[in-house]
Amino acid sequence: MSSHFLLLVVFSFFVSLVFGVLLRDEPRQQLRTGALMFGGFIATAIVLGWLIYPFPL
Amino acid sequence: MTTKSTAAEPTRAAAEPGTLVLLCLVAWLVPGVGHMWMGRRQKGIVFLLAVPAMFVIGLLLHGRVFPFEFSEPLVGLAAVANLLAGAPWVLARLLDGGSGMVTAVTYEYGNCFLIVSGLLNFLVILDAYDVALGRK
Repeated sequence: MSSHFLLLVVFSFFVSLVFGVLLRDEPRQQLRTGALMFGGFIATAIVLGWLIYPFPL
Repeated sequence: MTTKSTAAEPTRAAAEPGTLVLLCLVAWLVPGVGHMWMGRRQKGIVFLLAVPAMFVIGLLLHGRVFPFEFSEPLVGLAAVANLLAGAPWVLARLLDGGSGMVTAVTYEYGNCFLIVSGLLNFLVILDAYDVALGRK
């Protein structure tokens, strides 16, 4: 398991799951918060990845 | 006169200082059990599954369970974060797990999983504490 993207997805899933359940009490709200956070993680990582793409290491 | 059982009763009972300390210790040792104790079983089960799973994935990714070396502040802080994971950390220390493999391509990812699982458990403990005090 060394795919960067897969690891990003797994990490985002667990963190979003815990935060969604921690921050909200109703299952529907937990799902919504978790899904928003998960999408935010993935979208931010992809956008940041493309933003730093031109920079040399 | 009959007494009615309300959700606030277990909260009041848990607000005793000794009980609060015990609650925090149990919530630290087994992630999610603090919430189960407070009657929030669904939340507790999610934490019980998610936090140790993150820790185990971190170990599988060859992450390191850091030693308490405060001469290097970041290593010391990472050790504290690892410690906060509770039973998974205790087991990893007892079984000599989490020695880490710096050459592994997933080493840093493993560290990230290990550290974040501990930090998430810290938030879970604080949440259980708030529930016990009746703040949530």
